[in-house]
This record gives sequence, C-alpha cells and structure tokens, in this order.
Amino acid sequence: MNKRLGWRKLVNNVMLTLTGVCTLVTISVLFVILGILIYQGGKSLSWNFFTQLPKPVGEIGGGMANAIVGTLQIVGIASLIGLPIGFLAGVYLAEFDDKKFGMIVRYVADLLNGVPSIVIGILAWTLVVLPMHGNSGIAGSIALSVMLIPIVTRQTEQFLREVPLSLREGALALGASKWKMIATVVVPAGSKGILTGMILGVARISGESAPLLFTALGNQYWGGLTEPTASLPVMIYKYATSPFDEWHQMAWAAGLVLIGMVLTANILARLVLARGVSVPRG
Amino acid sequence: MASQATAVPVRFKNSSSRVGDTVARLVVMIFACSILAITVLLVSQLFVSSAPARAALGWKFLSSSAWNPVTDEFGAAPFIYGTVITSLIAMLISVPMGLGAAIFLSELAPVKLSNALTFIIELLAAIPSVIYGLLAIFTLVPLMRSYIEPALKTAFGFIPLFTGPAYGVGYLTAGFVLAIMTAPFVISVSRESLLAVPREQREAALALGATKWESTWQVVVPYAKLGIIGSVFLGLARALGETMAVTMVIGNNPTISKSLLAPGYTIAAVIANEFAEAGGTIHPAALVELGLVLFFLTIVINSAARLMIIATTSKGSRRA
Repeated sequence: MNKRLGWRKLVNNVMLTLTGVCTLVTISVLFVILGILIYQGGKSLSWNFFTQLPKPVGEIGGGMANAIVGTLQIVGIASLIGLPIGFLAGVYLAEFDDKKFGMIVRYVADLLNGVPSIVIGILAWTLVVLPMHGNSGIAGSIALSVMLIPIVTRQTEQFLREVPLSLREGALALGASKWKMIATVVVPAGSKGILTGMILGVARISGESAPLLFTALGNQYWGGLTEPTASLPVMIYKYATSPFDEWHQMAWAAGLVLIGMVLTANILARLVLARGVSVPRG
Repeated sequence: MASQATAVPVRFKNSSSRVGDTVARLVVMIFACSILAITVLLVSQLFVSSAPARAALGWKFLSSSAWNPVTDEFGAAPFIYGTVITSLIAMLISVPMGLGAAIFLSELAPVKLSNALTFIIELLAAIPSVIYGLLAIFTLVPLMRSYIEPALKTAFGFIPLFTGPAYGVGYLTAGFVLAIMTAPFVISVSRESLLAVPREQREAALALGATKWESTWQVVVPYAKLGIIGSVFLGLARALGETMAVTMVIGNNPTISKSLLAPGYTIAAVIANEFAEAGGTIHPAALVELGLVLFFLTIVINSAARLMIIATTSKGSRRA
C-alpha cells in the first residue's frame, strides 16, 4: 500500500516537473531567437541601413531605406482600407447582431482569418495584378487589408461586448437613440481594447511576406505604390536565400529591425490595455 | 438575461432617431457583408483562375507526382505529401510540448506568473514567419546537417525514415520549425480550455485522494478534451498553410521521398517560389489549383477546430 502511494507520488512529481520543463523550453525559444537576432543583426546594423539604398552584389555597405519606407507605405494603405471596414463590421456583430446572420458573419470571419496568407496573395494577384498588368505596392496593400479585416472585426466585437450593460442602460434612459448610445458611450468605453486589437492586427500584417511575394514583388530602388515596391519581410527572404555573405548580413540587420517593430507594437498594445479597460466592469 | 431584455428593445416615439438607427444599422451591416463578399470572391477567383489547369489535367492532377513546368507536366502529389508530412512532424512535437506547458500554466503556476508567461508565449506567436525562416537557415540547418541528422542515422538508420544523406534541409527540419511556430497556438487555446474546467471537478478528484497529476490527467484534461483537440486542429491548420519559414528550409525538391531527411516541397512553398515567374496558361493555373487544394484543406480543419473550441469554452465556469 505504501509502495503504491510512493509510486503515485513519484509519477505526480515527475509529470508536474515535466510540464514545467515544457513551459521553460517554449519560453526559452523566444529568448534564443532574440539573442541570435540581436547578436547577428547588431553586427551589421548601422545608420546607413536606414538611409541608403541596397548596394549591388559585391559592394559592402548600403541599406534598406526603400524597403523600410515601402513597408510603411504598404502597411499604411492596408490599414486605411482594413481598419475602418473591420471596425464597422465588428460594431455590427457586437451591437446589431441578428442572431442568424451575425453567426454566419462571425463564422466566415474566423474562416477568412484562418486562410493561409499565400492564398490571400493569389486573390490580390487575380484582382489587382492581372487587371493592372503588373506588380504594384497597392496590390500588396489589398492583400494585407484582406488579412487585417477579420482580425479587427473579431477584436472589436470582443471588446465592445465587454462594455457593461449599465452604461448602455444609462445612455438609453437619458433618451439617446441606439446609434447615439453606440457612438458616444459604448465605443469610447471600449476604445482601449479596440485600439489594442488594431495595433496587434497591424503588427501581424507588417511581418507578412507570403502575400507580398507576387503582388508587391520587390524593388532595389525607390518605387511608387503603382510600381513594384520593396518591403522588409520580402527583402529578408530574398537576401537570406541568396548565396552572398554580405547579403546574409543585411538580412540579419533587416530581421532585427522587423522584429523590433513587431515586438514594440505588441508590447505597446499590451500597455494600452493594461492602463485599464476605460470603465470598471459592471 | 432578464436585465438584457430591458435594455435593448427601447422604442422611441421620436421618428428621427429611429431613422438614425435604421441608417446606422444598414451602414454597419454593409461592412459586415463585405466580409462575406471577400470570402465569396476568394473562392470564386480561385475556381476561375484554376479553370485552365482543371480542364487540361482533370483529377489526375491530384494523384500525379510529376512536376515539370517546362514540359507542361503538373502533379500535386509531392506537394500534398510534403505539406501533410511536415505538418504531422510538427504536431507530434508541438502537441505534447504545448499540452504540457498549458497544464503548467493553468494548473500549477500562480495566476500572475501564468499571465506573464502566457504573454511571452503570445509574443512567440507574433514573430513573423520569415524571421523563423532566417534563423532556421543559418542556425538550425547547419545544426541538423552536422549533428542531429547523423545522430538519427546512426541510432535509427535501420528504419527507412532515417536514411539517405544529411542535407540539413528537408521534411524533418521544416517539421521542427513548424513545431516551434505552432506550439504557441496549441498552448494558448489549450490553456483557455483547461481554465474553463469548473473548479469543483478538481476539488472532487483531490477530495477522493487523487494526486495533483491524477486529478489533472484523469479529470481536468478529459473534461477539456474537445477544446484541446480544437487547439491541435488550429495548430495543424497553421502548419499546413505556413509558407515562408518552410519555403526556406524544405529543400525545394518536387519528389516524394520515404526518408524524412530528404529535401521535399510543400504546397505553400511551391506557390511562393514559382508563382511570380510562372508563364503560359497552365502553369499559373496549376499553382492556383494548388492554392485551392490548400484552401479547402485549411477550411475543413479550421471549421472543425472552431466547433470544438466553442463546445468546450462555453460550458465550464472560469477559475477566478
């Protein structure tokens, strides 16, 4: 009897320790990734990286100024399209939900969210690149906005639903119509959460390269949005898979910049939310 | 529920505000419809653009394993095989790891620590896939080539899975990278499901004399079973559709190999590599058809995952 209890205690301890080990291994992956990126990227990151154009193979130096600006342009346009559409669709789901239709929209939004980004790239290719007879930054923006919309929709819905009923009742009792209640009370109350969702969504799309490969393509020089446009993620892919050592170093530097941008946005989003849900939960 | 009923159906005699409500409702509904429209557009465009390939190749496309754009031979089998194999390897690693970590985070760690660690794990999910690829090319691939793959060959060389030269790139390396990338999804969704198990379940098991592990493994985990399976499917869907990191380490070789050490190819990787340069009519259409296959694969798995997650997280009450 005692032997059996001892055995069970041993199993208990071993298994519980193992779960801790699993957590530790997963967490440490993040720090290993960051460590290697900072070490390798730091070696080749300089001020020139932000101000100069890429140099041809064989020449040392140069930067990726065009890719940094290109990423900002592509993601900026994608946000201008995706954020309002996603936000308003989220307002519909949270506030005007007709049971059946709302369910369908919610389900489809989740499915769209799960569609591989490369397939979204094909959509933008058929819709923009084919009719325009050429690759363009704007095609990349369209692809990224399609990815952004379902993310923002679901986040907006989630945070609007957390706004307490008492606030809504208060507004309605004061004689506000429903849309006025939503515009002046519910949305401001949920604004921090919604903002968080938007930042996370934009951070997510700014690291995407698959949908840009054959839409925005890439460019070694400055390009307008109607021409092929360089972006950091695609540059990392091209440079890392090239056979040239100096390009590999540039890829590391670009990787460090990109992860800096993405992680900063994620931590910022967390801080916005931690500053408190704008109203006490009711 | 009762209080909700009093809040919503307020009717105003003032007709202008009712008009305002109708307009507002219409506007947001149009935007909600745009999500449906995009999805319909996506499916229809995939069908239309892949039509030449479907007309020319028929169902043989899915079973044929020849891929040679120069001679207009297109078979999807090597890509489907590679996609499935790499995703399975990923799941074999990330599911036990992820479930273990989820158990630690939901059952053992104090709430504050659990939240902090979960945040770190969410950051892991936020790292762009091309960054995983970058690290894999320059750190994991050399490691696999010089140490891990030779070791696997000496230990398990008698199994056909571990034969052939150690290239460093291939199914196994891609599977490793995918395992790291999918683990955060498995962890965060499993943790949610475990947290949704009512406290009484744990207390009852402990009161009957179960150890902490027995209560967790025999009571809590089975209770959250559907949600955990859902998280696995969610991770699987991610792995199937993952592009950049896999493209960089899979080896780009459109043949079916028995050995896991051999270079292969996946659906997403071949689209990424060949789409921009695809000429003629059949080649791009065949790539779009591969996209269509990938789309249906992930849709089916994702829907199953969603249904299972909804079924579990809605029943229990959360730990405070």
